[in-house]
Amino acid sequence: MMAVSVAAIPPFERFYDEHRNAVFGFLVRRVGPDAAEDAFQETFLRALRGYASLEHGKHLRAWIFTIATRVCIDQTRRTPSNSLLQGELEVAVEDAQPVHLQLDHLADELPPTEHAAVLLRYGYDLDYAEIGAALGSSEDAARQAASSGIRRLRRKEGGA
Amino acid sequence: MTVSPELDDRFRDAAAASGLLDVAYDVVDTPVGHLFVATTERGLCTISYDPETDRIVDRLARALGTRVLRTARPVDPVRRQLDEYFERTRTEFDLPLDLRLTADFSRRVLQELERVPYGQVATYGELARRAGRPRAARAVGTVMHNNPIPIVLPCHRIVGANGSLTGYGGGLDRKELLLKLEGATF
Repeated sequence: MMAVSVAAIPPFERFYDEHRNAVFGFLVRRVGPDAAEDAFQETFLRALRGYASLEHGKHLRAWIFTIATRVCIDQTRRTPSNSLLQGELEVAVEDAQPVHLQLDHLADELPPTEHAAVLLRYGYDLDYAEIGAALGSSEDAARQAASSGIRRLRRKEGGA
Repeated sequence: MTVSPELDDRFRDAAAASGLLDVAYDVVDTPVGHLFVATTERGLCTISYDPETDRIVDRLARALGTRVLRTARPVDPVRRQLDEYFERTRTEFDLPLDLRLTADFSRRVLQELERVPYGQVATYGELARRAGRPRAARAVGTVMHNNPIPIVLPCHRIVGANGSLTGYGGGLDRKELLLKLEGATF
């Protein structure tokens, strides 16, 4: 008998159908309803590009939200909005980018949920309610995942 | 928050245009019911009467790659030719086929099947002979039953030695309807 893997990669259609509304809602909150449409298309095209090299179907929700978050950052950088906000945004992005890159690298060895929670919290400055929504869990679970990820990183640093 | 149908279509079109899909599929309305139609970069790979779309999508994802998406545009040429066939303005399909899902012997049989002309019938035994395996009439029956691209590969034109319709993956009613549409005598 063939074993059915719980982490089999679903056909892209099913993956897209399952996450599209949540991702779109997230993008509308992050970049507003107009920019969200382009960001939505870009997010799922990037996912499609990476889909063939996925090794398993675990943590797909965290994966697509990480992509969506990166798309928001890129989009904000490319088309800074007018006047007053522009300066602030550029400062925020200048700050955020290196942090996210460092964190992404540092947090590589964490379990995927902790990785995503740490990255979204400290790399992209999402609040725990948003991270919970992104990871398909609660605000509390997101807080716990981020803090246990940070503890793990500290232990690693201390032990190294 | 819900993705609007316009945005959904826009993404599906962009995905198809990106060339990244392993399989594009859609459901096509015809006089013989809803048909599941799937294509790859190489050509038409599946037509199915099975209403359980999920089951077919899973099978295609396992066989041809996980990037399977419902999207209308790549399926349009097939839809157009099917429409013409059912309006009786087309007697031959002119579509590239992707037969990767089919093993060698079956492929040879299907290639012979493709040559059985519109409005005519042949027997399982005749088709076996044409495929170079004159005693394999029964195996040919199995190939017909598992035909991945019915209608375009006209397994409805294959009948029993005594002229009876015998069987059809989509049900005998459909086989009869297709033969009548083509004006075949059987």
